[in-house]
Amino acid sequence: MTQNLFDGTAEQMNELLSCIEKHKGEKGALIPVLHEAQGIYGYLPVEVQTVIAEGLNIPLSEVYGVATFYSQFTLLPKGKHQISVCLGTACYVKGSDKVLEAIERELHISCGECTPDRMFSIDSCRCVGACGLAPVMIIDGEVYGRLTPADIKGILDKHLHD
Amino acid sequence: MTIQELNKIAQQGADLINVRRIVREQAEKLAGNTGYRKQVLVCGGTGCTSSHSLKVIEQLEKSFKELGIDDILIVKTGCFGLCALGPIMIVYPEGAFYSQMTPEHAKTVCEKHLVKGGEVVKELLYKETVHADGSVIPFSEIPFYKHQMRIALRNCGVIAAESIDEAIAAGDYSALAKVLTEMTPDDVINEVLASGLRGRGGAGFPTGRKWAFAKASQGDIKYVCCNADEGDPGAFMDRSVLEGDPHCVLEAMTIAGYAIGAHQGYIYVRAEYPIAVDRLKIALKQAHEYGLLGKNILGSGFDFDIDIRLGAGAFVCGEETALMTSIEGHRGEPRPRPPFPAVKGLFEKPTILNNVETWANINPIITKGAKWFSSIGTEKSKGTKVFAVGGKINNVGLVEVPMGTTLNTIIYEIGGGIPGGKAFKAAQTGGPSGGCIPAKHIDIQMDFDNLVAIGSMMGSGGLIVMDEDTCMVDIAKFYLEFTADESCGKCTPCRIGTKRLLETLTKICDGKGEPEDLEKIKDIAEQMKSSSLCALGQSAPNPVLSAMEHFGDEYKGHIYDKTCAAGVCKSLLNYYIQPDVCKGCTLCKRNCPANAISGEVKSAHVIDTKKCIKCGQCIQHCRFNAIVKK
Repeated sequence: MTQNLFDGTAEQMNELLSCIEKHKGEKGALIPVLHEAQGIYGYLPVEVQTVIAEGLNIPLSEVYGVATFYSQFTLLPKGKHQISVCLGTACYVKGSDKVLEAIERELHISCGECTPDRMFSIDSCRCVGACGLAPVMIIDGEVYGRLTPADIKGILDKHLHD
Repeated sequence: MTIQELNKIAQQGADLINVRRIVREQAEKLAGNTGYRKQVLVCGGTGCTSSHSLKVIEQLEKSFKELGIDDILIVKTGCFGLCALGPIMIVYPEGAFYSQMTPEHAKTVCEKHLVKGGEVVKELLYKETVHADGSVIPFSEIPFYKHQMRIALRNCGVIAAESIDEAIAAGDYSALAKVLTEMTPDDVINEVLASGLRGRGGAGFPTGRKWAFAKASQGDIKYVCCNADEGDPGAFMDRSVLEGDPHCVLEAMTIAGYAIGAHQGYIYVRAEYPIAVDRLKIALKQAHEYGLLGKNILGSGFDFDIDIRLGAGAFVCGEETALMTSIEGHRGEPRPRPPFPAVKGLFEKPTILNNVETWANINPIITKGAKWFSSIGTEKSKGTKVFAVGGKINNVGLVEVPMGTTLNTIIYEIGGGIPGGKAFKAAQTGGPSGGCIPAKHIDIQMDFDNLVAIGSMMGSGGLIVMDEDTCMVDIAKFYLEFTADESCGKCTPCRIGTKRLLETLTKICDGKGEPEDLEKIKDIAEQMKSSSLCALGQSAPNPVLSAMEHFGDEYKGHIYDKTCAAGVCKSLLNYYIQPDVCKGCTLCKRNCPANAISGEVKSAHVIDTKKCIKCGQCIQHCRFNAIVKK
């Protein structure tokens, strides 16, 4: 596994500290802080968790426990282009598993992983609510619907050259 | 704000909203009162924005400028329900229903229809609104809408989702005004009790009883929570209410706060629903500005406030105690009950939790009365239910029907049947906690108790239609993958049970199933049902149990004959090219990622089954239907 060096900037740290300050003392502050921290850094490396633990005066083990419990939080950095394939029921019965396989084949990585050049990462999600367009995937916030495995290469190429 | 001011806003906007609600002739008369010649409603819900409805709005604005149209109102609404046809645009007072709009279409509609003296562009209308003789009917008369009864979704797709004035004009906050001025907390609870409303989130517990318990609990601090962590993959009615009519939820929570003596509410909403979260935030801000939340609401002396908490992607957090643990900032693990939340809930205080759709029913119950509400539905299931109909069905979308409507009506009359003339096989309700309804029960009257009687459940209202191409072993495996993944791990029966069930089902799908596996599944399922801590584990075996009960032959086929009748389970299938049909076009060969296909141009190709990874690319590319799975 490649070593992911933490490369947060001073600006990001200031943002994180002011976010912690804002929520400090609030009931159930940890999850909102983790949401915002992930918004700042894109992921939640142990360095960020440590700052949060100290700031909110919560054991690091608890921060880690919460961060790993919820699927929205990730401890690993994501690709420049984030692909999320819906594996909700409506998409599944319309073949989203085959769409996911096609993406994995095209990028030579598995769901949950990031390409070595950090261009693409693949995740699955459970229902984005665009069931009328099933099967769907989302790349960088843009929804692609009524997909077939044959569509994948063209869409990925488009994002690669963006 | 005072009640008089609230009523004034309601009166001022009434005609604007009525044009969108009532029949055409009257609407055309009323349109004169509104100051707008026409109104164009464009869906701004998740389904339609995913197919770029916002670009349609941009184009409308641009064309309006170019054509000098300044007397037509553009309204960005929530979901109309017919998501399969998005982006949807409706023009009032005609009720003209344009579907699958593009910016180019919008331009055409502006030039030909919306300009003064223009006429409806029939070619762009949804085809079912144009009769064979060329006459156009309003969309409310097509089968998809005709059989529906919209109570929870009454304002979705009717009002501008980000306008509190339109929400008030459409009736939001009128129930709150009535409660605060005319009713005691006990009156409110009695009304909800008498309505027979049962929780729409899954369990179907009587809402009024829940409120009565919480009211009876001692304590100066109590909480009201809204479960908007819609976790059933394939159900999206809660999202639709939040996107289309967020104020109705805020109003109902405030009413509940008054009834049980709480002053703080929390909405726990999925972070995966960005539009819903935004609209909620906007609605909260507006309600504060109008004094409909906060201190001394409508001059009544009653204080109530609401905060939003974002979920973080954990299905178990739909369970009430897990949701509260999550709001408290911890891992969302459920707690043993009793004590029930009505006694000891959020932050250990008496708490009520209802889901979004339940909240959406409160205003009509208060304003129209329990008697009216309880006249709708079946004996023990009152009112309506919203179903998110998806999967192998033509009209994918949201459907609200009176309890007791048959599955047949939902699938064939409202849903428009199954694409490609395929046969209906089963419908899954209740998502990963529910079960399937096989074709022989298609005339079942959908309500809480009837569904439980045949081994399924209402759940939150996801309704996934499956046709002959769906394998019932594979779909059970799909649900177990979900529950195994989402099991929080706190209790052993669920943590280990979901894993073992999944392993057994995977084995069967891989062609390694043994006769004793069926007994093993039943045995594990029994233990999980009787000893899991929360509903997730107790109900996780339901999909496989109900599939085994109704489709036992398919399970036996996988185990004894090693065949998958639906052609889904890869290990039990091979791909073949029929030599007499193959034209030798080489398309399959060129697209095979595994180089498993050989053959010369214009002669029949062959698949090397050892190399074949069964990805199906060849079938996708073959133009002659020469490739078969068997």
